[in-house]
Amino acid sequence: MPTSDMTDQEKQLVEWLADMNEDDAFALAKRMLLEEGANPMRVLDLCRAAMDIVGKRFEKGEYFLPELVLAGEMLDNIGAIAKPLIKQAPGDAPKKLAKVLIGTVHGDLHDIGKNIVTFMLDINGFDVKDIGVDVPVETFLNEINAFQPDVVGLSGFLTLAFDSMKETIEAIQGAGMRNKIKIMIGGGQIDEIVRSYTGADAFGTNAIDAVTLCKSWSGVAA
Amino acid sequence: MSAPQTYVQTPEAKAAYDARWQRIMDCVNLKQPDRMPTAFLATFWLARYGGINNRQLMYDYEKTKEIGERAILEFEPDAPSPTVLAIATGRALEAIGFKQLQWPGHGVRDDQPYQYLDREYMKAEEYDEFLFDPTGFYLRTYLPRVAEAFEGLEELHYLPGLHYFRLVAGIRSFAKPRVRQAFEKIIKAAEEVERLTAQHADFTQRMAAHGFPMSYITTAVSPYDMLADYFRGATGMMKDLYRNKDKLLQLLDKAAVFLVRQTLWSAKSAGHPIVFIPIHWAPDAFMSGKQFETFWWPSFRKMLIGLIEGGIIPMPLWEADCTKRLEIIRDIPPGKCIYWFERTDMVRAFEVLGDVVALRGNISPSLLTTGKPDEVDAAVRHLAENVFHKGGKLILDGAFGIPDETPIENVRAMFTAARKYAS
Repeated sequence: MPTSDMTDQEKQLVEWLADMNEDDAFALAKRMLLEEGANPMRVLDLCRAAMDIVGKRFEKGEYFLPELVLAGEMLDNIGAIAKPLIKQAPGDAPKKLAKVLIGTVHGDLHDIGKNIVTFMLDINGFDVKDIGVDVPVETFLNEINAFQPDVVGLSGFLTLAFDSMKETIEAIQGAGMRNKIKIMIGGGQIDEIVRSYTGADAFGTNAIDAVTLCKSWSGVAA
Repeated sequence: MSAPQTYVQTPEAKAAYDARWQRIMDCVNLKQPDRMPTAFLATFWLARYGGINNRQLMYDYEKTKEIGERAILEFEPDAPSPTVLAIATGRALEAIGFKQLQWPGHGVRDDQPYQYLDREYMKAEEYDEFLFDPTGFYLRTYLPRVAEAFEGLEELHYLPGLHYFRLVAGIRSFAKPRVRQAFEKIIKAAEEVERLTAQHADFTQRMAAHGFPMSYITTAVSPYDMLADYFRGATGMMKDLYRNKDKLLQLLDKAAVFLVRQTLWSAKSAGHPIVFIPIHWAPDAFMSGKQFETFWWPSFRKMLIGLIEGGIIPMPLWEADCTKRLEIIRDIPPGKCIYWFERTDMVRAFEVLGDVVALRGNISPSLLTTGKPDEVDAAVRHLAENVFHKGGKLILDGAFGIPDETPIENVRAMFTAARKYAS
């Protein structure tokens, strides 16, 4: 959303959100929604515009994990007020980009990185389904069948995740679903050696890598 | 329990022990050792090595000691790790009713490693209470939350303010059923920890008799990591950088003081000067340079200086990639610490820190677990040629010890290569 299309008040909201000025941003969004009758869809679009700026600052190395986490929290809090106000007509839902299924592989209970990736994909317009931690191979196969994702993201922090990722990818291959989806892996110990070992299409070291990969695979300019 | 065994250290074993310890101390003192020392930290990898499962490793003291001994005698590291204390904690965790960890038989399968549960164990509103009275906060709030044995202590009377006849009336709470039950459980848990400690002492004495000094006994934690990992949880802590900045800084400053006291006390009891400090939240990718210099480093530096002044050799393990932090963490007295790096390029670390600290690490976990022995050999050679032979006081080890899934031939390759390229 170009800033030229925004009122001064809207620009202010975007700026406060992007600058992590949580208290002022929340108070303003609340006032706009509950007192001034602002269109809740419009407020959520403004939030997304702010998140674009957050993402760009992350890419440039100005923002790090604390900002992504706080941004997610601010978005949740404003969303909790805005979403019940939406009177949505059928077909009004914003069109999502590609579908991404994401989970932490079996044997591993870590979820911080996965949750941040899920959040960043979501605010970048992807239809993300997060199936949790310690996900058995069978569950991945069932979920792929049901959700029909374009991309599968396998997360893992422990070194045991290398084998779990490899098994999961082999099972996807064995089930004849491999050529329909792209697979990305991520986690603290993941590098090119692990990518090659597991047979994934790509690996990422942070949430923006995941967004960039998904955009490139779904033909969206990153 | 049977009487503690005593082990005889032969003159040859003593000479080997002294030579190994000297290599480590030469590195710490920034003197060139006679060869590149090796260190050995393995946890659940030992189960694979010994042909047992992870649960047995955590519960069977005798078996764990036997496997730990066998591994040390095979690889002959200069500085092995206190195997029993590092891994055979199943019975003690059970007796304490430890809630922050899932371990084999308690939340994860017998062949899985233990995993920490990242949760919010302290609420954001509790900073004031923690700051005002850390001991009271631990006793009445924190410990009952994280360990079943302490459940009931919430009912203890506030201790500050108990004097004269208030003391008489105030101790009534010690007789409350839940408080009484807590103390009984704590005593039982402490007895189990005594058994663990006796087994640990038996293992380290046995290794000393073979000629092997431990690379550390005591562990510690940085103030920031303590709060992030064990109290606020990862995301709670990240939000606090914005929402509770001032209180967070006050608590970090205070924690540096009590962590130094606690660590000095533990290290003195253990009789070993090197303290292992795994570092989780310092990596380049986790926070900005400014945040690192504001929130992470000052309290840890204060802690390092306190430990050094207390005669301790701190050994932080800087997890993940900390390349951008190198110039900042240089700011400590030279010849007093071992900096262990996980993914930070060791050659770069040597260039920046070579005149300040000994280095430890850092064969890549992905290489160790999925690579071939000749690739491990090449990685060791790279470090020997580009760090040790150029004057770096490097103690060779895996990036965070030996990953659980490492094929045995890769571990052999690592130790063989260390002798081949840097003797």
